[in-house]
Amino acid sequence: MLLASLEDAKVLAGGQSLLPLLNFRLARPQHLIDINRIGGLDGISERDGGVAVQALARQAAVEDSDVVARVCPLLRDAVRLVAHRVIRNRGTVCGSIAHADPASELPAVLLALGGHVVVRSARGERRISADQLFAGVFETSLAPDELLVEVWFPASPKPHAIIEESRRHGDFALAGVVRAGERIALFGVAPTPVLADPRDPARGLQPSGDLEASSDFRLHLVRVLAEKALAA
Amino acid sequence: MRVNGVDHPAATDVRRLLSDHLRHHLGLTGTHVGCEHGVCGCCTVLLDGAPVRSCLMLAVQAEGHHITTVEGLAAPDAALHPVQQAFHETHGLQCGFCTPGFVMSVVGLLAQHPNPTDEQIDEGIAGNLCRCTGYASIRRAVKRAAELTQVSLSPPGRGSG
Repeated sequence: MLLASLEDAKVLAGGQSLLPLLNFRLARPQHLIDINRIGGLDGISERDGGVAVQALARQAAVEDSDVVARVCPLLRDAVRLVAHRVIRNRGTVCGSIAHADPASELPAVLLALGGHVVVRSARGERRISADQLFAGVFETSLAPDELLVEVWFPASPKPHAIIEESRRHGDFALAGVVRAGERIALFGVAPTPVLADPRDPARGLQPSGDLEASSDFRLHLVRVLAEKALAA
Repeated sequence: MRVNGVDHPAATDVRRLLSDHLRHHLGLTGTHVGCEHGVCGCCTVLLDGAPVRSCLMLAVQAEGHHITTVEGLAAPDAALHPVQQAFHETHGLQCGFCTPGFVMSVVGLLAQHPNPTDEQIDEGIAGNLCRCTGYASIRRAVKRAAELTQVSLSPPGRGSG
């Protein structure tokens, strides 16, 4: 496989996160592997009591999917918070997971639901559960030769909610909370999405502060948003 | 790559963005470039009918697809496209820099929601930035565009013109 043979290669799917990094020269990979022409990799299907979303399924297709609306409405609600429709026309759900932006909604949804991803390489295929996937800021536990081919979201339990606070509509969240039944996951407040104790969601957190929000303000948001999510 | 109904040879530089290819190689400068990271919406074009950012695609990725730019909405001597006509009538622009992107996004919005609610309009144009209008006249333009589109889609005799 190309990924195994090329040094410093990045996979290009929707490109809505990778292309900005390339345009700003913040990422300078030696090789890009465009997977957009691979057929039969854009499925969205009901499986094992959840929804399986393949690598090239666009966020807009997931947003409009009847299967997703029926089996995992939490995923649909979360996708609607990802950027804008024009971005979602191109961006992929699997790409958002693989990109592992700490402020991104979908990794936190996967973690709250306890889903997994399927990764493939020339060596074979393996599953990585959400709690083993996110390794750091923009980092996952995928090996350099592995391609994320599918993400599986369990059916969303009731009640469920995703609530975030952002400075501008469609922008990344200052802080966000996902509730799936009795489980709570947070995003935007740690290097990866994290599970939290519903009784004390901000415990142990040390979010970074920046021009948009101080660390204390992010902690405040976590408490307020978690309270709202738990009342859902 | 088919752009506005005309076939063009493939882009030769694999690193070139679709936005730069359209402007510099094909001379289609109606597609504007603002932020080059997907935030401003100026470079929005239709990819097989759906609006996308041309600054977040490589030109080679458009191979085998249909691209529509603002130049392709109406023939040179024909009437304006309903969305263009609506922006004209409601003064949905001032300096005009963001306008091609807004127009292409609204074409996509009306394809998805032919009679958009106020909330759907706000959601539909939220990905485009305008520094002049304050958006009020652009919201009116979207409503007018929906009316004009309905009229242009009505069978002969039913449209009120």
